[in-house]
Parts: sequence; C-alpha cells; structure tokens
Amino acid sequence: MTENGVSPRAKVLTIDTMNPTVKKVEYAVRGPIVQRAVELERELSEGMKKPFAEVIKANIGDAHAMGQQPITFFRQVLALCSYPELLNDSTFPEDAKSRARRILQSCGGNSMGSYSASQGIDSVRQDVARYIERRDGGVPCDPDNIYLTTGASDGIVTMLKLLVCGEGETRTGVMISIPQYPLYSAALAELGAVQINYYLNEEKCWSLDISELQRALDEARRHCNPRALCIINPGNPTGQVQSRECIEDVIRFAAKERLFLMADEVYQDNVYADGCHFHSFKKVLFEMGPEYSNTVELASFHSTSKCYMGECGFRGGYMEIINMDSEVKAQLTKLVSVRLCPPVPGQALMDLVVNPPQPGEPSYDNFIKERTATLNVLAEKAKLTEQVLNTVQGISCNPVQGAMYSFPCITIPEKAIKEATDNGQQPDMFYCMKMLEETGICLVPGSGFGQRDGTYHFRMTILPPTDKLKILLKKVKEFHQKFTEQYS
Amino acid sequence: MSEPWPVQLCVMLQCFKRLQQQPACRRTLSALGSLYGARKPYNTVIDVTWGDIHRAGVKPLSFVRQVLAACLDPTLLNSDKLPADARQRAQRLLGGCVGGSVGSYTATAGISEIVHRISEFITRRDGGVPSHPENIYISPGSQWALTNILKILVNSKSAPQTAVLTPLPCHSTTTLSITSLGAVAIPYNLSEEQGWALQMEELHRALEFAKGVYNPVALYVINPGNPSGHVQSRKSMQDVIRFVSEKRLFLLADEVYQDFVYGEHEFVSYKRVLAEMGPPFADTVELASFHSVSKGFTGEGGLRCGYVELVNVDPAVMKYIYKMFSMDTCAPVLGQFALDLMLNPPQPGDPSYPLYNVETRNIKTAVANNVKRACEVVNGLPGFCCQPVQGGAFAFPRLYLPPKAIQKAKEMGMQPDTFYCLRLLEETGVFASPGCEYGLKEGTYNVRFCILTPEDTMEELLGRLTSFHTQFMKDFS
Repeated sequence: MTENGVSPRAKVLTIDTMNPTVKKVEYAVRGPIVQRAVELERELSEGMKKPFAEVIKANIGDAHAMGQQPITFFRQVLALCSYPELLNDSTFPEDAKSRARRILQSCGGNSMGSYSASQGIDSVRQDVARYIERRDGGVPCDPDNIYLTTGASDGIVTMLKLLVCGEGETRTGVMISIPQYPLYSAALAELGAVQINYYLNEEKCWSLDISELQRALDEARRHCNPRALCIINPGNPTGQVQSRECIEDVIRFAAKERLFLMADEVYQDNVYADGCHFHSFKKVLFEMGPEYSNTVELASFHSTSKCYMGECGFRGGYMEIINMDSEVKAQLTKLVSVRLCPPVPGQALMDLVVNPPQPGEPSYDNFIKERTATLNVLAEKAKLTEQVLNTVQGISCNPVQGAMYSFPCITIPEKAIKEATDNGQQPDMFYCMKMLEETGICLVPGSGFGQRDGTYHFRMTILPPTDKLKILLKKVKEFHQKFTEQYS
Repeated sequence: MSEPWPVQLCVMLQCFKRLQQQPACRRTLSALGSLYGARKPYNTVIDVTWGDIHRAGVKPLSFVRQVLAACLDPTLLNSDKLPADARQRAQRLLGGCVGGSVGSYTATAGISEIVHRISEFITRRDGGVPSHPENIYISPGSQWALTNILKILVNSKSAPQTAVLTPLPCHSTTTLSITSLGAVAIPYNLSEEQGWALQMEELHRALEFAKGVYNPVALYVINPGNPSGHVQSRKSMQDVIRFVSEKRLFLLADEVYQDFVYGEHEFVSYKRVLAEMGPPFADTVELASFHSVSKGFTGEGGLRCGYVELVNVDPAVMKYIYKMFSMDTCAPVLGQFALDLMLNPPQPGDPSYPLYNVETRNIKTAVANNVKRACEVVNGLPGFCCQPVQGGAFAFPRLYLPPKAIQKAKEMGMQPDTFYCLRLLEETGVFASPGCEYGLKEGTYNVRFCILTPEDTMEELLGRLTSFHTQFMKDFS
C-alpha cells in the first residue's frame, strides 16, 4: 500500500503477462558469460585488480574485433559511396570509383541513405545471381529468387517464421544439428516450433549420418509435423565441411521425407583442411538432375560477416530461394516488407563481394593479396588451435576443417560436475565461468550449442592474432590442468 | 511498345490490390511509370510515395557523410579533403568500436558511448527529465525495435487474441507487424475534421469494442502523425496517458517525425509529458518511445537505425527484452554513427557548423514552404481539401470524387483513391499513395504525398497535380 492507501498499480507487462515463448529463448553467444566478461572489462578499466591484464573475447565470430583488417578496396568504394565528393580525389583508384558510381546510380536519389525495395536493390540482386552462377559452374540463378537480408540471421528467422504453423501434434518441427548455432534454437523457441535434434558424429569429425537424421525424424513424427531440415555448412560451432556425398544424401533424404532444406553457408570461403571443399547445396541439387532440382525446396544463406570480409557491423546478407510455391513467395515478399529494407551499405558491400576486382583492374593484385593473406592466416590458426588443444590431457579437438571455431570436448572431473549441479549450473558453464574469472578468457560453453548428454565442450574462436592466440591456448591449457587438479 | 497497354495495367492493378501497396508493388508501378515515360508529356516520375528525403531529391548532410567516409576508410583521417572536426568525430566514433573497425559487431543495445549520448540528448530535449542508458536499445530502424517490443507483448496463442489499438489512418508497416505476430490491430478513428486529432471518445469506443472479444494490451500512437500530419497538444497527450493508466495499456509512442514540426506547433515527447504529470502516472505508466535516423534532416533511412527508450518497464521483463535484441546481434554500425551525428550535430564554433547550418536551414525552409504551397494549391482545387500539415513528412488531402469516378473505379475492381493515383501516375508521372492503404472511414478517399522534396520539385508536382486534377474532375463530372 502507498501512503494514501492506494495499492501500487501492477504493471501491464510482467513475467506472467508477457509472451510465454520468449521466456524460453536463450542465445548463448550473447548470454550470461558474455555479460560477465563485459562487467570484468569495466572493472579492469576502473582499476580493479585481476589475475589477468585483459579480457580476451574468444566467444564471438567477429574477425575485425580481433584485429583482422578489412579489404581495402571494399572500404574505398563504400567511402566513395558515402561522400561522393571524393570521386574527385585522385588517391582513389578508378575501379573503386566506377563501382561506387554504379552503386549510387542504383540508389534512390543517388544516396545510400534512401530506402531500397524490401527485397533489395535490383542491380545488386542481379549481381548476386551472376555470382552464384559462376560459383556453381553455370547452374542458372534467377535474381527474383534472391532476397537481400539484414545479415543471414534475418533471412533465417524470416524463413522459419514462414515455415512454422499448426498446433499440438501438427505443430511444425524443424530439424537442426546438435551442436548448432543457437540462433536456430532461439528462433524456434520464440516461434513455439518443435526443435528436432539430430546429432553430428563427434567420433567421425562431426560428420552427418543419414541414419541419425532418419532416427530423429521418425521419433519426431510421433509428436509433431516435421517440415524443415537445417544444416550449417561449413559448420558452426563444429567447423566440419560436409563432403559432396553427404550433401547428396541429405538432398535425397529431404526429397524422400518432403522437408524444406535450409542451408546456412555463411562460412563458404572459410575452408582450410586438405581434401575439404565447399560444395553449395544449390549446385549439388542441380547436378543431381531434374528429379531433385525441380522439386526439392531449398533456401541457402550467405553473409558479409564471415569468410575473408569479416564485416559483421554492416549486417549484410542474402538468401536464395529455390522451388518455393509462388503464393508462398508472395507472402514472403510481403513479410520482408516489415523490415522496410536491408541496410543499404550492407547491400553495397554484398555487391562488392560478388563483384570483386577482376584481373587487369588496378585494385586486383592488392585485393587478391589481402584476401589470400586473411584466409591463409585463418587456416594456420585453425591448425595451430587443433594441435595445441590436442596436447592437453582431458581436451580433445577435432580438426577445424572450416568456419572460425574450435569445439573441443573437455573432461570435467566428477567433483566439479557436482559443484556445478549444486549451483544449478551446467558443468561446462561452471568451467567457462571459472576460466573467465581466472584468466580473462571468454569462451562459450558447449551447453549453449547442444551436445550429447554427459559430454562437455566449449566453443573458442580461432580469430585472435596468432601471437595472442598462442598465449590464449597456453592459458587454456594451464587452466584446464589446474582445474582438473583442483577438482580431482 | 510491344506489350498491349491494358494487359500490363491489369497485372499492375492485381499486384497493387493483393500486395496492398507493398514496396515490391511500388517498384512495379514506378517501373510502369518510367517505362511509358517516352510516350508521355513528362520524362521523369516524381515518386513521393516514400517518406524518404534523399529519394525525394534532398542531398545528404555533408558533415554526416564526411564522418562516415572517414570511418569507412580510415586513411581519410589524415586527409585534408575532410574538415578537421569531421575527422576528429570519426576518430572518436571508431574508438568506440572493438578493433577500431565499423566491421565489428557492437554490444546488443548499441555502442555504449552512443547509447549514453542518446540518453543525454533525450534529457536535453525533455528539459532535464532524466533518461537512463540501460533503458535504451538501438535497433536496425524504429520499426525493428517496435517489432521486438510487440514480440514481448503479444502472445500469439492466447485466447482471446492479443490486440493493439492503432490509429486510423496508420502507415501499413506497423499494422503488418502486428498481424504477422498473430495479434489484431483495433483501429481508433482520427478526426479528419479536427485536423486528424485524436479523440478520447474514439479511444474509449475502440477499447470497448475490443474488450471481451480480444485482449487489448497496448495503445500505439504516432506523433507527429503519419499519414495524418497532426501534432498532438499537451492536453491530448495527458488525456492519452490517463487513459492508458486507467485502462491498463502499454503505451507505444512512435515519435520518428519529431524534427518536422511546422508553424506554431511544437513537439513535446510523451516521456516529458508523462514525467511532468508526476506520480502516480510518472512512476507507473509503461511507455516505449521510438525515434529514428530515417527522418529528420539526416534522413538516412537506408542506413537502418533507430532506438527505443523504455520507461517504467518491469525489470524482470527487461531481461527478456535484452534477449530479443541480442538475437539480432546489433544494429548496423554506420547507422549507429549516423544516429549519434543526428543527435549531436556540429555546434557554433565548429569548422563544419556554417555549412551544416546552411544545409539544415535550407531543408527546413524548403519543407515549410512546401507545406504552405501544397496546402494552398490543394485547397484551391475543387473536390480537394487538405487539413493543415502540422508536422511529419506528408500531406494527406481528402478527395471528394464525383460519383462517376467512384463508379469507374468499382468497375475496374479497385478503390477509388487507388484509381485516382494510378491515373495520376500514368498521365503525369506523379506517384502518390492512395489513402486506402492507411485505412480510412468507409466512403472517404485521400491521397498521401511526401512534402520533403526540394522546392522546385514540389512546384513541378503541384503543377502536374493541378492540371491532372482539374481534368479528372471534368472528365468524371
């Protein structure tokens, strides 16, 4: 009661009145451990004494944050687009200027500040289509099937929204790999969809077994209506690069079981291991002949955030939609209009990614040099990470074939598991929190991505600069040994 | 021309009807307009369907673009091609980015220094009313933030269905967001005769209608209005606040046009009015207010950035709001920068101030003149009547169409104002939006067009509109 005897007004929006599905949403990459890391950074900057001099955020796939340099050409073109007076500046190369002029012409009022059409700028979509055709050895791509998005995440969430419907036993089920990138589980939770887990095979380098897909699907059919199959290739957090045979098997499975395929291919240029190659789902689908290419419904996603660009802050991306029913496509077009349009600088950047400098152009040599160097360094760090982690007793790391992460299996002593459980914490969260507090290293516990019961992992990016990465790996090793001893 | 004209037109019309003037259709119609331009007495399409100042022909603000250029290509930080204060600002902004790059993700709610400066801006704007950074989220546009808040408010499985009270007329993006989340938009009619003012009796009526059938949880207001152009009085805002308090509704205040207010009118924020009403309202009414970098003189809609400030929201719920925003990772960094520049422009004494001042004053003057001219011209035409444009980006005049025109439209299977706009586009290249897109009272017809153009564009537009309208009314008399 307040002073004048009136009951305090209860809030309209409370835990009880809010949308119940949102309560189930967890997004580990920006979850409690990251929030603690930010707090620690603040404490450090305020002069508090810690057992470490800096917090190293090896939790998020953000290359520039870890010192990777942007591609000069891309930034030059974008600067020219931003302030076209610079088109008179002789320090900018001609090929950058001509790209900038072309982009500006396709923008309303010749400005990146104009809204574009919701599906994205026409000429950019056409350029994306041509890129896909080149990448896929000539398999045709219709620009009308290209939707530019605010990062790949936006496209993924939009597609899931379109797919999810029904009630109770007819509620849409969506198959997702375990481990997975937690945007999928978060989106499925928010939409109230049924998450159908299929386990990747850790013993076989995180490969995908069709028998496991079948098991998961058959089980799920008893209580929901499975409609979609999501696959991340190259994998996040696991880094595996699927073989061509595997991709064919998945397509055959999706065709047989009538599942909409969602292929998250944002790491398509991040392939490091010998003998591994990126095969796009679209290409493989079409090479399997009309029986499949005319029927299997596929959405594939790409982004400007990863690969050699690492331009996360631009929120650039696209999705290609294959064999979607035309009425559903009209609804999709309407749905994306709620966003008004994707960020135009991100669209412009995507245009440059699919339309990079060509041999003979002034910027070509430098572009190739920068791109090659970036990808080579990532490959080296992938190998280094795997090697060092495998020297630690109690840590076992599969080869990092691609993407930007290692996802090693860690042995946690019984005592630690007990202490964690007593505190209501996942054992690997307990482990990672301890590591953060003692070393300043921020990783994401495997429980945030999903793992087989009784196994524990963490996800660590391979992104810090090589010398820092070496220190990081050494500290992880030392911590693990200490932790194991402490709880033995 | 190889395609028979009538066939193409039918396709456009079907498209128009089904998609209800979504941007995809706008594009189609725009293409239609320019495709047939060669045959027409005009060679440019004047597209005023968007509230987009750059598309309308106004140049971006130099300072903003100079800073962004230097942030994109940091070699420019040492170039004398850009003024010193622009370079310094760029340096400072890059300092807030991890790794010093606009390519990095930022914190979920936005770059912390920028979020702090937003709260300072809000306090300055609101005459000292405190604003707390932890209640502010930067998002890829104000509509994005609104959708996230709606996601928390709307339970798509609830029976009865969740409802949000929305103005009629209302721009379609919000109503589409509401329905796509599984809720229902309950309209409250704005009073055109009273300059599109919000009427309390209408709010009561709409709520009564909703109760029992639906579960109304929120009231959405747009101030300054879109498409209405109405700027709410303080008294009206106080009435609204008392209403949501009494009726237990969450208040969603879309204030993105706050920098475009004309004549004697003044914008005051809902936050300020709420604070000035004191307890119990000030401590209890739950409010989300939205702003954007897309409007105002910066007009950087394509950069996709806005923010929401939350007031009196349950701390336990704030945790989930954070989660919703975290799934989007963050707003585009260039957009965050543009937002910061919009709220903290060059000051007198800064090297860039004179140019900035000239550019913004020119826009302000042009827009004020456009408002005056648009109303004058439209009100001078028979069968056309425009309420005073008090604020916002649009004029929204009423069409009093002759029965023959209405009949013809019905025969063609479309709304009369759609028919008018299509004819206007075909014959003059002026592309305006039909009022039916925004929801109108049965039997009333309006047209919406953007008034943020350069002055000569507005004169050209009004000239074409005048000759078209005069002819149209004659043809259907």
